[in-house]
Amino acid sequence: MSKGSGKADCFHCGLPVPPGSDYSVEIDGKAQPMCCRGCQAVARAIVEGGLSDFYRYRTEKSPQARDLVPEQLDEMALFDRDDLQKSFVRQQPGDRREASLILEGIVCAACVWLNERHVKSLPGVLDFSVNYSTHRARVSWDNTRIHLSEILEAISAIGYHAHPFDPGRQEQVYKRERTRALRRLAVAGLGMMQVMMLAVALYAGEAEGMDAGLRNFLRWVSLLLTLPVVLYSARPFFASAWRDLKRRRPGMDVPVTLAISAAFLASAWATVTGKGDIYFDSVTMFTFFLLAGRFLEMGARHRAGQAAEELVKLLPATAARLEEGGERRVPVADLAVGDRVLVRPGESVPADGRVVDGQSSVDESLLTGESRPCRRQPGDLLVGGTVNIESPLVVEIEKVGEETVLSAIVRLLDRAQTEKPSVARVADRIAGWFVGALLVLATGVAWWWWQHDPAHAFAITLSVLVVTCPCALSLATPAAVTAATGALTRLGVLTTRGHALETLAHASHMIFDKTGTLTEGRLSVAGIELLSSLDREQCLLLAASLEQASEHPISHALCREAETVNEAGSLLATPGEGIEGIVGGRRYRIGTAAFVSKLLSTTTGQPLPGGVVLGDENSLLAHFTFTDPLRDKAREALDGLRRLGLEIELLSGDEEQAVQHIAGQLGIHRAQARCRPEDKLARIRDLQAQGAVVAMVGDGVNDAPVLAAAQVSIAMGGGTQLAHASADMVLLSEQLPHLVNAVRTSRRTLTVIRQNLGWALVYNVIAVPLAAGGQIAPWMAAIGMSASSLVVVLNALRLRQG
Amino acid sequence: MNILFLLIPVSLIIMGIAIWVFLWAIRSGQFEDLEGPAHRILMDDDDPRIPRKPQLKDDDE
Repeated sequence: MSKGSGKADCFHCGLPVPPGSDYSVEIDGKAQPMCCRGCQAVARAIVEGGLSDFYRYRTEKSPQARDLVPEQLDEMALFDRDDLQKSFVRQQPGDRREASLILEGIVCAACVWLNERHVKSLPGVLDFSVNYSTHRARVSWDNTRIHLSEILEAISAIGYHAHPFDPGRQEQVYKRERTRALRRLAVAGLGMMQVMMLAVALYAGEAEGMDAGLRNFLRWVSLLLTLPVVLYSARPFFASAWRDLKRRRPGMDVPVTLAISAAFLASAWATVTGKGDIYFDSVTMFTFFLLAGRFLEMGARHRAGQAAEELVKLLPATAARLEEGGERRVPVADLAVGDRVLVRPGESVPADGRVVDGQSSVDESLLTGESRPCRRQPGDLLVGGTVNIESPLVVEIEKVGEETVLSAIVRLLDRAQTEKPSVARVADRIAGWFVGALLVLATGVAWWWWQHDPAHAFAITLSVLVVTCPCALSLATPAAVTAATGALTRLGVLTTRGHALETLAHASHMIFDKTGTLTEGRLSVAGIELLSSLDREQCLLLAASLEQASEHPISHALCREAETVNEAGSLLATPGEGIEGIVGGRRYRIGTAAFVSKLLSTTTGQPLPGGVVLGDENSLLAHFTFTDPLRDKAREALDGLRRLGLEIELLSGDEEQAVQHIAGQLGIHRAQARCRPEDKLARIRDLQAQGAVVAMVGDGVNDAPVLAAAQVSIAMGGGTQLAHASADMVLLSEQLPHLVNAVRTSRRTLTVIRQNLGWALVYNVIAVPLAAGGQIAPWMAAIGMSASSLVVVLNALRLRQG
Repeated sequence: MNILFLLIPVSLIIMGIAIWVFLWAIRSGQFEDLEGPAHRILMDDDDPRIPRKPQLKDDDE
C-alpha cells in the first residue's frame, strides 16, 4: 500500500483515519470508522454503556482518545493512598468521601452529559456533577464500594482525562466573597424595587393630595424597607470608608458612605418627625447601582485570579523514582535531592535536575519562549515543568519545591503583581478633596443659617449635602470604564482589570513578544530546495513518512505540508540529529546535514546547509527550511499603533536571526533577541525609569512576570492561562488590529471620564452656592442630583458604540 | 384607600419570601454555573421510557 486511500474521518475525534488501519465500532446500527485503538476503545465503552446518544447531541468532535498505559493505571492507583488524598479529599461521615476533579477534554454540553451519566452509573458513586463553565467536577463516593482510581479510570474509558484538584484557600475565599456580594445585591435590588414603588405613590400623593395618615404609613414602610439595604447591603462601603478614614486618605467610599448615611438619617428623621422630605428611593437605588458595578468588576478579577493556580499544573502529580528493586511511582512531593527519576517521552520533568543517562530533546517553550525543542544529554540541566519529547531520560534531582525555577517564576509574578503601579487614583483623589471641602462647606452653611434662620437651617444643610451628592463624581469613572469594556469585549478584547483602559490610553511604548504574539507560534515549511531529480511532492512524501511517528514540531510541520504518508520501516531516531528509516525498500535519513551525510557512500564536496536535510545512500535529496509565520495583518496593526504615536519594541527569547527577520518584515527598529524573563523585566524597568508607560503584549509563561511588571499588559487569547492571569487585558480574538481599536477606545474613554468629571465639577460649582443660599429645596436638590448622574451615565454610554 | 394598610404589609411579607428564596438559591449554588443548566435541559435523561431509535428503524426496514 503506497498511497493513502482513507478519506474518511474518525467518527469519534474527527482526525483522518490512517491508511491501512481497520478500527470500527457499531454505533446505532452502523459501523463507524475510528482512527486508532484509543478512539475505538472509547467509542465501544460509550456504546456499551448505553450512552450512544452522546454522538447525537455533541456539537463538536471529541479530542483524540489515548490508550491507558500501565504506568498511568499505577499513577491512578496512587491517588487511592490516604496520605496523598489528604490534600484534596474531604472525609465525610461514614465512608463517604468527596473530591474536586479537573476534567480535560470537555468541548460541549454533550461531554458533560456523557460524563455525568457514565460516572453516576458506577456502583458506589453517590454523586457526580460537572460545572460546565469551569470544567470542574465534584464527585462523592462510598469508599467501601469504589475507589477513586476506579472512578478516574472510568472517566478515561470514555476518552476524558480527570485529575484531582485541590481547590485551595484562594478559591474558597473567592467563592465566599462572590456569594456574599450576590446576597447583598439581592437584598438591595428587591428593596429598591419596593421603595421606588412607594416613592411613586408618595410623589403622586403630593401632587394630588393624600391623606396624612396614609402618607406617614407609606413613609414608615419605606424606612422599614430601606433599613436592610443600608444596614446590610451598603455595609462594605461603610467598612471601606472607615478604613480610608483611619488611614487619613479619603477615597471614593467616603463620599458614598456620607451620601448614603446622610440621606438615610435625614429621611429617617423626616419620617419620625413627620416633617421634611425623604430620599429613601435615592438611597436604595444608589446602593444597588454601586453594588452591581462592583459585582461585575469582582467577577472579572476572580476569573483572572483563578488562572494563576493553573501554573502548578505544569508539574506532574507523580514521578517514576528509580530504586534498588526497579522503578516506583511516588508523589512528586516525596522526591528529595539526589533521587533519580525516569522521565518518559511525553512526560513532564517533575523537578529541577541534571540528566545522568539518555539523550533527548525537551520542550521548554512554556518557560523560555524558545519555540524549538532543546537537545539535552548527560550533564545538562533540566527545568521542572518542561516536557521530554523524544526518548527516556534518567534525571538526578537537584532542587525541589520552593527552590525550583517554576516556583521562582511564580514568586517573581507575585512580586511584580504587588508592585503594579496604579494610575487610576485621580478620580479617587479628587473625590477625597471634594469630600473634605464639602464637609467644611456643609458645616459652615449649617452654622451660618443657625445664626440667621434656625427654622430653615436643617433643610438647607440637607440640600447642600444632597445636591452635592458625589454620585456623578463617583459614577464618572466606573460608568465610562464599564461602557468601554463592554464595547471592547464585543470586539474580542477582554479587560480584566479596572485600570487597564486608563493606563493603555497613556501608554507610550508597546512591547511585543515574538513567538505566539506577532507570529502564530507554530512552525511551517518555508522553503524546499531540491538537490536531486526527485520532485517536491516526492521529497515531502519521503520526509513525512520518516517523520510521521515523531512528536517534534518540525515533524508536525512536514506532515501538515505533505498530503499523504507512506509506511516506513525500521525507524530509528537519534535525538537532536534526525531519523533513519526504510521507505519503499530504500534507506533514507532526515535531519541535520552532518547526520544525513554520514549515510552517503561518497562524500560530496559542497558545503552542508542548515535546516533539515533529506538524503538516501547516494545523494542528498532535498533541503527544508522552516519559519514561524507572521500573524494576519500584523504589519497593518503595527502601522496603526505607530500612527497613534506609540513606540514599538520587540523582546524575544528566540535566536538573533529569527528575531531580526521578523523585525525587518514589520519595520521594527528596536528588537532584542535571546531575552530571558529577567532581561525582559530589566528592559521594562529601564523604560519605566525613563518615564515611559509600557504596554506589554505576550503569551507564554515566561512572559508572566513581564506582563505583571508592565503598567498595562495584554495577553493573547491562545496564550497560557498564567499569561491571562497576570494580564490586564486578553486579546481573545487574536486579531492584532484590534489592539489599535483598544488603544483608540481607551483614549476615548479617558476623554469621556474627563468630560464626566468636568461636568460633575461644573454642576457642583453652580448648584452648591444656590443650595447654600437657600435657593434650592431638598426635592429640587434630589432631582438635580439624579439628573447630573444621568448626564454622566448617558455620556459614558456613547462609548458603547465601540 | 384603607385597603392599602393591609396590602402593603402583605407585599412586605411577599418580598421577605422573595429574598428568602433568592438567598436559598445562592446558598444552594444555583449561580455557580450559569451555562450548564441551559444545555442540560436539552439532554434526554428519560430515554428508557421512550422507544429506542434503533427499534424504530428496524420496524421501518
